[in-house]
Amino acid sequence: MKDVTGYIHSVETAGTLDGPGVRRVLFLQGCPLKCLYCHNPDSREFKCGRQTTSYEQLREIAKSRGFLMKSGGGVTLSGGEPLSQPEFVKSIFEGCKMMGLHTALDTSGFTGWRADDELLSFTDLVLLDIKHIEPDGYKKLTGVDLQPTLDFARRLADMGKPVWLRYVLVPGYTDNQANIKKLAELAKELGNVERVDILPFHNMGSYKWKELGMDYKLENTPEPEESSISMAQSAFREAGLTVY
Amino acid sequence: MSKKNIQTSFSDLPFLSDDNRPVQHRGFRTGIWNREIELRNFIQLNYTPYTGDASFLAGPTDTTMLLWHQVLNLMKEEQNKGVLDADTSVVSSIISHNAGYIDRDLERVVGLQTEKPLKRALMPFGGLRLAQGALEANGYSLSEETLNAFKNIRKTHNDGVFDGYTTEIKKARSSGIITGLPDAYARGRIIGDYRRVALYGLDRLIEDKIEQQQSLETPSITEEVTRLREEISEQIRSLKELKEMAALYGFDISGPATNASEAIQWLYFAYLAAIKEQNGAAMSLGRVSTFLDIYFERDLAEGTITEAEAQELIDHFVMKLRMVRFMRPPEYNQLFSGDPTWVTEVMGGMGTDGRTMVSKTSFRFLQTLHNLGPAPEPNLTVLWSQNLPDGFKNFCAKTSIETSSLQYENDDLMRDYWGDDYAIACCVSAMKVGKQMQFFGARANLAKTLLYAINGGRDEISGDQVAPAMSPITGDYLTYEELVPRFELMTDWLAAVYMNALNIIHYMHDKYYYERLEMALHDRDVIRTMACGIAGLSVVADSLSAAKYAKVRIIRDENGLATDFETEGEFPTFGNDDDRVDDIARDLVKQFMNKLKKQPTYRNAIPTQSVLTITSNVVYGKMTGNTPDGRKLGEPFAPGANPMHGRDHKGAVASMMSVAKLPYEYAQDGISYTFSIVPKALGKSEEERTTNLSKLMDGYFGEGGHHVNVNVFERETLVDAMKHPEKYPQLTVRVSGYAVNFNKLTREQQLDVINRTFHQAG
Repeated sequence: MKDVTGYIHSVETAGTLDGPGVRRVLFLQGCPLKCLYCHNPDSREFKCGRQTTSYEQLREIAKSRGFLMKSGGGVTLSGGEPLSQPEFVKSIFEGCKMMGLHTALDTSGFTGWRADDELLSFTDLVLLDIKHIEPDGYKKLTGVDLQPTLDFARRLADMGKPVWLRYVLVPGYTDNQANIKKLAELAKELGNVERVDILPFHNMGSYKWKELGMDYKLENTPEPEESSISMAQSAFREAGLTVY
Repeated sequence: MSKKNIQTSFSDLPFLSDDNRPVQHRGFRTGIWNREIELRNFIQLNYTPYTGDASFLAGPTDTTMLLWHQVLNLMKEEQNKGVLDADTSVVSSIISHNAGYIDRDLERVVGLQTEKPLKRALMPFGGLRLAQGALEANGYSLSEETLNAFKNIRKTHNDGVFDGYTTEIKKARSSGIITGLPDAYARGRIIGDYRRVALYGLDRLIEDKIEQQQSLETPSITEEVTRLREEISEQIRSLKELKEMAALYGFDISGPATNASEAIQWLYFAYLAAIKEQNGAAMSLGRVSTFLDIYFERDLAEGTITEAEAQELIDHFVMKLRMVRFMRPPEYNQLFSGDPTWVTEVMGGMGTDGRTMVSKTSFRFLQTLHNLGPAPEPNLTVLWSQNLPDGFKNFCAKTSIETSSLQYENDDLMRDYWGDDYAIACCVSAMKVGKQMQFFGARANLAKTLLYAINGGRDEISGDQVAPAMSPITGDYLTYEELVPRFELMTDWLAAVYMNALNIIHYMHDKYYYERLEMALHDRDVIRTMACGIAGLSVVADSLSAAKYAKVRIIRDENGLATDFETEGEFPTFGNDDDRVDDIARDLVKQFMNKLKKQPTYRNAIPTQSVLTITSNVVYGKMTGNTPDGRKLGEPFAPGANPMHGRDHKGAVASMMSVAKLPYEYAQDGISYTFSIVPKALGKSEEERTTNLSKLMDGYFGEGGHHVNVNVFERETLVDAMKHPEKYPQLTVRVSGYAVNFNKLTREQQLDVINRTFHQAG
C-alpha cells in the first residue's frame, strides 16, 4: 500500500448516523454533483479544504481503534463525493482493514466506475444515495446523469456487496409515490440492499449557501409531512426491505 | 467480506512505522508501558490468546537433539560423580566468570553460571559453614584465601543471624519445633521481573532506577529511606554488571530486544545474573511464556521465523534452565532433596478481562517435556481455570500422564487475590511479578507443638524444657477438653518465637545478602509478605480427632514424660471428606494464621502462611515423637496438606474434597497437595485418561482446592527404579510442590514416596 495525498473537508469523530456503531466519519472534499438540496455546498470544490495524506489519517484512526471496535463501529468515508479521490479512499480503507476496522463508503455512485475492485475489496458496506429514479428528475436535482449510479448499483449487486440505500425525501422533488415505488422495486431486485434510510429534507444547510454567496433554490421548500414520510417508508417495506 | 484478514500484530502497518518509537517496539500497541515500566499493560495490549489444540507444535530439530545429547551425557557423568566440578576459590558474582558454553556452534541461547557446564559456583554469603561443608562433602576444599576472607574480613548472613538470635529461638531451633529456617543459606523465593530486560533494555531500566533514587531525596532521611537509597544504589550497580556480563557473551543489551531470539536471550541473561549471585532455595523464573509469545507472533507475522525455529529456541532455553546448579551440603538435602532449584514458570490462567492467558508459547513450554523428555526443572506450573480452552486442558493432562512433571494451581481462586500477572515462587507462593516479594519463613512443626502442649513445654525426645513451663496433662487419658486450651497456649508461644526468628533472619539477609539484581527488576515500593508455614497438619488434625472421638491412653516414661499413646476405638481421619475431622483441620489453619497476624513483622511485611513441607516432612517426622493419631516416633509426616499415608481410604475424590476445604484465605502462601494415581484408575484408553484427569482437576479446583501435584504411574515402577536406577535415567516424580529426579532422592525419601497413597481403580 502507499501513502496518498488527499483533501478533506472535516472529520466527525463520533458519528452514529453513517453506518453501524460509533464511527469516525471523514468528509472528503470535492463533488461533481450540484444537488439543489446539498447541505454541504462548501465541500463541492476540488483540491481545496485541508490537504492531508492517507497515512496521517490512518495514524489518527489507529489511536481510536479500540474505541471504534468496541462500539461495533468503524470508519466511514463521506463527502463531498469520496470517489472523487479513489486512491486516497483505497489507501485509508486498506489500512483500516489491516487494523480490523469496519469500513463504509458513503457515495452517490455517479463516479462509481472510479472505484476499482481492489478498493471495493477493502469496503465492507456502501451507503448508496440514489437521489431520484427517473433520469430527468435526477438531472434536474443533481445536474448529472442517473445512469452511472444505476450501473454502479448493479455492479455492487453482482458482487454481493452489502448496501444501505439512502433516499432524501424532498417535497415537490422526490416525494412522488410512483417514483418511490419504482425505486423500491429496483432495490428489491438488486438483492444486496440490507436496509433503507429515508432522510427527510431539512433546511439547516441554507446558511452555508448564503455564506458562499450562492443561490439556494429550496429556500421556501418545507420539510416533508409525517404522512409523506410514512408513505415512502411503507413503499420500501412492501417491497420486503428493512426501513429506518 | 474483505479479502485481508485482521492483523494480529501491527508489525506491517506502514502508516505507523514513522512514529518515534524505537524499532524494537515496532508493531506493538502502545499504552502505559511506553511511559512507565509496566509489563502487564504491555502483555494485555499485545498478546494473542490461543484456543486451539497442540497440533501446530514442532518436534526437536537436529541441532536440539545434538545439543541435548551432550547435556544428557554431562548429567549422567554428574549423577555418577555427585558433582561434576566446583569452584573452590572464586566467589561467584554477576561478572565473576568468563563466558561459558556447552557447544558454541549448537547453542541458540547462551550463558552458564560458571565458565563450564554444570560446574558449581561458590556462594558463601548466605553462610560460610554450609558452603564449606558442601565442598567437603563432595571431595573439594575451600581455598585458604577465600576461607580467611570470610572468617576475618567479610561477615555472612549466617553470622549476622546468630548474633541476633535469642536463647529461646536457639532452643526452639535445635529441638526442631521450628526448622529449615533460611538462617544459614540464601532465602530465595524472590522473582525478578526478568521480562523487563527484554522489553526495555538496561539503559531505560537504569534511568528509571535513577529517577527512583531522586524521588528519595526527602526532607528527612529516616532509617527506612536510607536503607532504600542504599538498596537502589546497589540495584543500579547490579544492572550495570548485567550489561557487562552480556558483553562477555558478545551481546549489547542496553536497548530492548529486537526479536524473539533476543527476547529470550535478554531475559535469560537477567535470570542468569540472578542465579550467579544468589543461591536461594527457590530461584523461580516467573511468568514468561505469554510475554515471549508476543515476540514469536511478531516474528512469525514478519516471516523471520518458522514454528520449528520457535520451538528450538524454547527447547534451548529450557535446556539451560534444566542445567541450573547450586552447591548444596547433605543436611540441606534433607530439607530440599533431589537438588531442586525451583525454576518455577507458571503458564495458562485467565486474564481479568476474561480472555485466556494461554498462548502458543504456553504449549511450546509443555512441548519441551516431549521433545527433551521428562524433567523436574524448570518447575512447570499450570494455572488452572474452569474456563481454560479444552485444547490446553487436554494437552496438560496428556503431558502429566506421560511425564508426571507438572503441577497445577487454582487460577480461579488466586486471580481474585493477585490479578493476572502473578507468578509462583518455589511451589505454591503466589506473588505479583515485579511488584511483590516474600520473606521465606520455612515452617513450624505443629505436631511437635501438640506434644509440647501435653508435656507442659518439655520436649518429648530430649525431655528439655524448650517452651515456657505450662501445666502438663496429668491424667491417664487424653481428653479433647484438656488438650485444646493447652494447645492454644502453646501455639501462642510458638507463633511469637517463630516470628521473632524470621524478623531477625530477614533483617540480616537484607543487610548481608541483599538480592540486588532481582530487586532491581521490581518497582520501588514492593508488597512484602512474611511467609510462615506449618508442618504436620494432618497429624495434628487426626490426633485431635482421636482425643475427641476415641479413647487415647497416655503412656509415660520414668520421668513422667508422655512418650506414647494407645488408642481404643475408631476416630475419623483427615482425607475422607468427613467434616468431623476436616473442620478440625480447617480451624487449625485459621487459628494459627490469626496468631501469626498478631506478631510485629520486619519491614511491616504482611504475615501469610503455607501448608507445604517440601521434602522436610521426612526430617520433621524424624524429630517428632509418637503422636496420638498412632504415628510412630521418626515416621514421616504426610507432605504438605496431604492426608496421612494410607488413612485416606475412601478414594481420590474424598481425599481431594478434604484438602479442598482448607481455607486459602488463611493460607495465602499456598496449600500443597500431592496426588498419585495409577494409570488404570484414570480410564482404559489414552483419550479417556486424558479427559478424566482434566475433569478431576476441574472438580478439585471447582471445590476450592489450591494446588495439586499429579503423579501418574504404578508403584511397581518406583520399586523397580529403586533397584535399577540405570533403567530410569529421567524418571520424574512430583513431591511437595516440586518435581525431582527419582534417582536423586535418598533411600528414605524414595520409600516415603512409595508409601504414599496411590489411588487405584475402584
